[in-house]
Amino acid sequence: MELCFTPEELAFRDTVRAFLAVELSPQLADKVRRDEHLSKAEMEGWHAALNKRGWLAAHWPKEYGGTGWSVVQRSIFENECALAGAPRVIPFGLSMLGPVLMKFGSEAQKQYWLPRILDGSDWWAQGYSEPGAGSDLAALSTTAVRDGDHYVVNGQKTWTTLGQHANMIFCLVRTQRDAKKQDGISFLLVDMKTPGIVLRPIIMLDEGHEINEVFFSDVRVPVANLVGEENRGWTCAKYLLTYERTNIAGVGNSTAALAHLKKVAAKIPNNGRPLLEDPMFAARLARVEIELANMRTTDLRVLAAVHGGGAPGAESSMLKIRGTQVRQEISALLRRALGPYAQPLSAEALAVRPDEAANATVTYFNYRKLSIFGGSNEIQRNIISKMILGL
Amino acid sequence: MNFELSEERKMLAESLSRFIELRYPFEVRNAIVKSPAGYSADLWREFAGLGIIGALFNPEHGGYGGAAADLAVVFEALGRGLVVEPFLGNAVLAGGAIARLGNASQKQIIAHIIDGSRVAAFAHGEPQARYEIARVATRAERAGDGWKLNGAKAVVQHAEGADLLVVSARTSGAVDAPDGICLFLVPAKTPGLALRGYPLVDGGRAADLTLRDVTLPAAALLGAQGEAFATIEEVVGRGIVALCAESLGAMSVAKEATLAYLRTRKQFGVPIGTFQALQHRMADMLIEIEQMRSAVINAVAALDGERGARERTLSAAKYSCGKIGTLVAEECIQLHGGIGMTWELPLSHYAKRLVMIDHQLGDEDYHLARYIALGRQ
Repeated sequence: MELCFTPEELAFRDTVRAFLAVELSPQLADKVRRDEHLSKAEMEGWHAALNKRGWLAAHWPKEYGGTGWSVVQRSIFENECALAGAPRVIPFGLSMLGPVLMKFGSEAQKQYWLPRILDGSDWWAQGYSEPGAGSDLAALSTTAVRDGDHYVVNGQKTWTTLGQHANMIFCLVRTQRDAKKQDGISFLLVDMKTPGIVLRPIIMLDEGHEINEVFFSDVRVPVANLVGEENRGWTCAKYLLTYERTNIAGVGNSTAALAHLKKVAAKIPNNGRPLLEDPMFAARLARVEIELANMRTTDLRVLAAVHGGGAPGAESSMLKIRGTQVRQEISALLRRALGPYAQPLSAEALAVRPDEAANATVTYFNYRKLSIFGGSNEIQRNIISKMILGL
Repeated sequence: MNFELSEERKMLAESLSRFIELRYPFEVRNAIVKSPAGYSADLWREFAGLGIIGALFNPEHGGYGGAAADLAVVFEALGRGLVVEPFLGNAVLAGGAIARLGNASQKQIIAHIIDGSRVAAFAHGEPQARYEIARVATRAERAGDGWKLNGAKAVVQHAEGADLLVVSARTSGAVDAPDGICLFLVPAKTPGLALRGYPLVDGGRAADLTLRDVTLPAAALLGAQGEAFATIEEVVGRGIVALCAESLGAMSVAKEATLAYLRTRKQFGVPIGTFQALQHRMADMLIEIEQMRSAVINAVAALDGERGARERTLSAAKYSCGKIGTLVAEECIQLHGGIGMTWELPLSHYAKRLVMIDHQLGDEDYHLARYIALGRQ
């Protein structure tokens, strides 16, 4: 039993660190640490820097322009990026659609769409959830009716993260009405500029515009944009969801957030001493730190178990639940640390509030999403119950 | 990175588990815990014959294991079997202290501990000390060439069954100072040593000790005068790894038993495991147990490291052990309902052991506070 990385893995980590030291600007890293919203250009710029080095598609096989890294290398890479304050890689094209195309797409679709994900030609959005289909995704009712060389799409998608930046959206649509729920669903690639598509922002409780809803009325989509077989899209949908849950523990992100929290708590006065020394606060902090240290090893154990490559199975549901709980708790502690200064909405520097914690409260509210999206934590418990416990 | 056990340790775990299954079934165990000695001398020799005690000692001390991973493998299996034999106090704590501090003549005892012919108890905790390992009020004074001990020791596991006690006493320093603590070898029948034995909630026995002018020869002192603290901390650290692994084994069995019950027990015409309220509690418990396994792995990895990181990781593990062990015990009883509280069902005994482990070598709160304090040093 050996908890340490091999010399080769350590050398790899150093290479990643050296890359980050050169390519990641301190200003951008600061913005990420402070949980500020990034502009489209900033996100695309980081993608381009990674792509130039050949590291954008960390989990893709080499033949499609990926790195061919082992799961351990991927984990090291993701952790180092998070610790350095790198922006997160936008997952919709790279982590969601990419693997689906590789598995189910035609040769022409792979040749055309995959390079465009890498070079940033396309920004993809995810068209899964609907007003009537959340956790019960298969209840979706957006329809696509065949009309010659086209499908005609009608319906509505929602919770479309960063859809305002997207020029393309992959959608689950119902192509057969009278079939059993999971049957009769198809996987379509839709150009956002097609007539009949309207995107509206949904302003969330943190007053931010991250989320959208997308309306489709008589939107004509070429049949060539069908991925996999008609009415067999649920297979693609499920496959995509397993990828959505990789790196779900977010150990690197939580580690970085915890270091940030300690830095802030050391600056905040409490009874004339730094808040970090307050016994109650210290106890809350220690609990989540220990939880994270345990989770780091749990994450590595799951990685080691899938060392052959591919996505982890139901174990990733455990990592999703605990990972999001830890992340939410760290965020809650940062809000708590600010005391009365957690209340002002303005991100300007205020007398006592450390500038780098200005977004703590809105981020805390924004992070309620973590236990809701990607399959709510309750859905994950259902998966554990069925797949691991056999209940 | 490799989470696989070595072939030797896999074999050790398998042979120990098989032995426990065959020779230490629940009925046998329950008879042993109610016996006057609180453990079985016969089975103890059989464990020794299997090499299990020797697996807890380094080769340099006459054993054939002794690494942190060996402790974890053995105690996880003991936890699964709910074994009450004196592995911890005798082999890990008392034996570990003798092995580390003893001179050539004193170390000869180790061979007898390993072959099962002698049993030692670790008499360190005191009525006023709670979980602090540096708080030693028992005094040792010079008496001619030898020593005279006065004081009291609390909840010494297997004290009545031991023929030798390793007793801590102070020769100098404040009552809670790490400096000035000594360990002495005290034969069981030494005049002035009085034992008040009692059964434990989770089975087996312990005793409170009174030492009144207990007179010992010079050769009774282990190591240099006043310098035993580092060794006490070291063997207690090994004890923490052992208890964490034991807890992991016990909670795994409790989880399996509860899962089996959820699949078979029917109410409202269906297995109760089909109810989402219970499924989600099981899912949460599973996550906690996986976190506990990681805590054990972290503790094993840290045990041979430098003191600061080592002790902090050990406290993190024992904190996790207390928190998760108690949760698993309470949840498993609740998920069983009334039957989970019966003496007849092994589960209730696992639950008791899981909670009582939190009361050995420092509980959840003690270790959380210690983790925080160590982080400031």
